[in-house]
Amino acid sequence: MARETYINAALTLALVLVPLWAWSTGQAYILTLCTKVAILALAGVGLNIALGLGGLVSFGHAAFFGIGGYAMGILASHAQIMDPIAEWPFLIEGTKSMPVIWLVAMLASAFAALLIGALSLRTSGVYFIMITLAFGQMLYYFTIGWPAYGGEDGLSIYVRNSFPGLNTLVPAQFLILAYVILGLALLFSARLARAPFGLALTAARQNADRVETVGITPFKLRLVAFVISGAITGLAGALFADLNRFISPTMFSWHTSGEIMIFVILGGVGRLYGPVAGAALFILLEHLLGGISDYWLIYVGALLLGVVLFARGGLIGTLAGREVAHG
Amino acid sequence: MAEIVLQTNGISKSFGALKASDNISLDLRAGEIHALIGPNGAGKSTLIKQIAGNMQPDNGTVQFLGRDVTALDTVARARLGLGRTFQISALAMEFTVLQNAVLGALGERGGVFRFFRPVMKDRALLERAREALKRVGLQDHAATRTAELSHGQRRQLEVAVALTLKPKAFLMDEPMAGLGAGGSKRLTGFLDGLRAEAPILLVEHDMDAVFALADRISVLVYGQVIATGTAAEIRSNAEVRRAYLGEEDAA
Repeated sequence: MARETYINAALTLALVLVPLWAWSTGQAYILTLCTKVAILALAGVGLNIALGLGGLVSFGHAAFFGIGGYAMGILASHAQIMDPIAEWPFLIEGTKSMPVIWLVAMLASAFAALLIGALSLRTSGVYFIMITLAFGQMLYYFTIGWPAYGGEDGLSIYVRNSFPGLNTLVPAQFLILAYVILGLALLFSARLARAPFGLALTAARQNADRVETVGITPFKLRLVAFVISGAITGLAGALFADLNRFISPTMFSWHTSGEIMIFVILGGVGRLYGPVAGAALFILLEHLLGGISDYWLIYVGALLLGVVLFARGGLIGTLAGREVAHG
Repeated sequence: MAEIVLQTNGISKSFGALKASDNISLDLRAGEIHALIGPNGAGKSTLIKQIAGNMQPDNGTVQFLGRDVTALDTVARARLGLGRTFQISALAMEFTVLQNAVLGALGERGGVFRFFRPVMKDRALLERAREALKRVGLQDHAATRTAELSHGQRRQLEVAVALTLKPKAFLMDEPMAGLGAGGSKRLTGFLDGLRAEAPILLVEHDMDAVFALADRISVLVYGQVIATGTAAEIRSNAEVRRAYLGEEDAA
């Protein structure tokens, strides 16, 4: 436990020092990369609640990432052309306010997770993986055929959305925003894992019979975990859209689901900082290897294979050793 | 006669042509240990599953605390106060011993959907969990990872978790299995005292324990209860000797 805490602290320090160095040497590009790491890590933190704590191998988290992204895209695009989203039964206008967009993104993805979870959590194992994948792909094809918001081409948002008191177009300020949100999500996730809910959820992953025998329904635990997980990944989607000022159906594709899962597995399934380590490593590799070869993902694939075969605890697990139950 | 706590009324369950439970009626009364014995394949596990709620009988009903619970699932029956231990330990192996016990206390207390306060700092839950561990003699292993417990210690932990639930009746599926002579003797002594708290329906292969503990014994053979009675009655029952105890003697 203690060792993992040191590793997490070191990782936090690195994530603070790298942008400080980039900022002082004027490399805005690195700041944007760090922002991307934080946002993708946030998506992973969401998935890690379902996958790491609940043992729910969702291959459809792109659905929530995409819904978060499209929540941002729809609200912001209507605001930029000053065209209300709906006039009946009451007026709904677009907005460029990040807090409002985040709230809508989280509520929409939580609701989607409730529906998808209620259906898919009745299955388990491979069926669960396939059903979640199917929901993600359904939304992917839906957005491809949705001309109002760009269809296959996606949709650009010309100006980044606003946050009270900040100039979000300054890379450093947007970075801080992303970091704070990631920090809050990590804090929430850490508390969740130690709370009664976390104990019951992780017990249900290990032995569902045990949980039933003490009078707790595993399905309810998993559904709530799935909803929380979806909401956090949805928030990451909204931020990711804002980072790129662009949304497209790709956010919904199974590649996205796979990438979010890769962050979690590379970093360490069920480890608090797993998604952070995983996303950082992924972006680092993209940055370093992407310049060498267009096929850099081959190396990520090899690395992933290595982790799955030889280092099941991922990066954090390998460094910190076996997880010691907190008691 | 003491009040009936748990009862099956003519429950039957078939798998194709195999009658795993054939019109089984038995009851568990307050303050008693009712042992269920029978050779392998007699349908003990199927019966336990129907009583615990994992399996629906084709016919017949299960009553618990005067209620018909046939339609209720395992969770609902557990919440009513049916404390079950499994034949093959069903524990969260990555947890510490204490965490497993706290999980039981949490299930009994409720309030699972709390997201912020650390559960392992909840005094009331810890106290109850520690007390249950102490009663089964696992207090020194509270911080041990469950996967590192010996087989026998896992059985003890199963019983401890059941204790945290403050059940109205215990349903124990071979709690002595793999305990060894010493452990088996200790658990026998413990269960002896436990019956005053809540009656125990005990499925057990350890005949010494069964005959030492049980107020009543029911013998299950090919899905049918062929006899129910006191240890002396069962010992002298010719049909039981032929069907079951004879095999034991020969072995």
